[in-house]
Amino acid sequence: MKIHEYQAKQILARYGVPIPRGEAVTDADAAAEVARQLGSPVVVKAQVPVGGRGKAGGVKLARTPDEARAVAGQILGMSIKGIVVRKVLVEEAAQIAAEYYLGITVDRAARRNVVMVSAAGGMEIEEVAATTPEKIARVWIDPGIGLADFQIRQVCYAAGLEREAVASATRFLRALYDAYVANDAGLAEINPLVLTTSGSLIATDAKIDIDDNALYRHPELAAYKEESEDDPVEAEAHRRGLQFVRLEGDVGIIGNGAGLVMSTLDEVKRAGGAPANFLDIGGGAKADLVANALEVVLSNERVKGVLFNIFGGITRCDEVAKGILEAARRLSIRVPIVVRLTGTNEQEGRALLQGTKLIPAETMEQAAARIVALVRGGAA
Amino acid sequence: MSILINRETRVLVQGITGREGTFHTQQMLAYGTRVVAGVTPGKGGTTTLDVPVFDTVAEAVRQTGANASVIFVPQRFAPDAVLEALDAGLSLCVCITEGIPIQEMIRVVHFVRQSQVGGGGMRLIGPNCPGLISAGECKIGIMPGNIVQRGRVGVVSRSGTLTYEIVDSLSRAGLGETTCIGIGGDPILGSTFADILPLFEADPETEAVVLIGEIGGSDEEAAAEYIPRMTKPVIGFISGRTAPPGKRMGHAGAIVSGGRGTAQAKVEALTNAGVPVADTTSEIPGLVRQALRS
Repeated sequence: MKIHEYQAKQILARYGVPIPRGEAVTDADAAAEVARQLGSPVVVKAQVPVGGRGKAGGVKLARTPDEARAVAGQILGMSIKGIVVRKVLVEEAAQIAAEYYLGITVDRAARRNVVMVSAAGGMEIEEVAATTPEKIARVWIDPGIGLADFQIRQVCYAAGLEREAVASATRFLRALYDAYVANDAGLAEINPLVLTTSGSLIATDAKIDIDDNALYRHPELAAYKEESEDDPVEAEAHRRGLQFVRLEGDVGIIGNGAGLVMSTLDEVKRAGGAPANFLDIGGGAKADLVANALEVVLSNERVKGVLFNIFGGITRCDEVAKGILEAARRLSIRVPIVVRLTGTNEQEGRALLQGTKLIPAETMEQAAARIVALVRGGAA
Repeated sequence: MSILINRETRVLVQGITGREGTFHTQQMLAYGTRVVAGVTPGKGGTTTLDVPVFDTVAEAVRQTGANASVIFVPQRFAPDAVLEALDAGLSLCVCITEGIPIQEMIRVVHFVRQSQVGGGGMRLIGPNCPGLISAGECKIGIMPGNIVQRGRVGVVSRSGTLTYEIVDSLSRAGLGETTCIGIGGDPILGSTFADILPLFEADPETEAVVLIGEIGGSDEEAAAEYIPRMTKPVIGFISGRTAPPGKRMGHAGAIVSGGRGTAQAKVEALTNAGVPVADTTSEIPGLVRQALRS
């Protein structure tokens, strides 16, 4: 789960990381009011959990409350990488002398958490890693020990931070690590950590991703979860316990098993189509589950056809076929549905589909070609 | 021959009295697996499907000589269950459970791998995996046994159903399998492709290996570094070629982030290692046959 910048800052502030004074608001007048209370130039920042906000025009400086109102008006409602901005963070602008990067994430290959520090803050760290990797100092955390103080000193000195900044930076890195561990994060970064012209350090941007698998033990983060769901169809699917990702195309995809569904998307693309979603119904064949899945897929108005790709293992294909038939009966279906069943009892499953509106297919390739042809309006 | 498990493997089921645990124990018994014990704290002294149930893994091992375990307990208890298996001295633990927090797995996998230093210790398969089958000998986990045919191909995969689909097509093509292993869909796994490939390389009956990868992480790239040292052909398949970056595609580990973990990079790494990579699953049996001929 990607949380918003202002939420990440709220978390970091609790661990003693200094953040600029400010507030997240949902309308332009409130933005002006926050600017007036702060009594200083402010930065108005779109709250969307994606990178590249600045380039998209989602981060602007305002010298006066009136300017704050004007830029907040521009930013609110704009769409950044497909996400509509509903909140802006209005905060005191910092006087920047230097910008650093502090980050902690999971290094999958090393199977450890890795701490990264760089004196080249303010840029996307992936960009720094790609162009000037020597500017990032790293240290890996022993899972049996945790992050040791000497490692923090090591990485901060190696990164070449200004000497007057090292003492504070090491303190904030400890705080970042504590926040990372306590909140089950998969990523926590302060970028930039600003060294101000008056010599103090302040986190002017922060990012925290929370491990979805750990949300069960963080009821306090439930409110953030709600706000992280920016797509109503995705939100509804997740409420129904379905693994769902919205995509750009018009072919609805439903299958059992993440790998199989991913391959189905690839196959539809190969056949010249564009998948509208990823949806994994997991194990089981209950009509309720299938109906839920089909309903969610069809709630996307762009969908012009649906492809079911099911492998029957311990769950038999005839049971799955019955589930799909019952689900199709319950919903009024106006688009073609191609069903590909393979595995245990596939013959029986396909026989059940004979004489119904559902179109059976034998292989994944045939199924993909068929649904793409139907959606394109051609004869299959 | 096969790898990791065979007729002699003595299996213990952690969480045998739960719904999933009982159902799959039944399936494993039907396949011929020697399920010798179950563990559910508080249910010691009872039996499930005629299998004796113990309160602790250590006690079950003492009483039955179990040497492998399979975990069907809920996410919040699963990390502890792996550590209990490790503590009891089992040599193999298969964790089926999905949804374990990544920070828990970093810690658990660390201790599991430490046990392997200098040989021995415990090997962990999973979590979030379907388990493994040695054709006609032993099944541990949830793979459908009926699709596996005794043959000469080893299969190792990050996914579940997609693996069944591919195994089924290999069986129908008359190729058959030695052992099929699902290593799991999580970002932090007990065993990676690079851990499993040497086992197939050393298995006299395995003549070729099918490696089924997907987006996210760099396990396929790590495998590609090892493959040129193998004498046996490896055939690859990567799913998620069209997945958008930054989106988690069902599996916790299936995500392209910061430009890393793309299908393209994996296909390229495997191709450079001399691995024929199938564009679609239906090409796999043909590529295997071709590799076996040359």
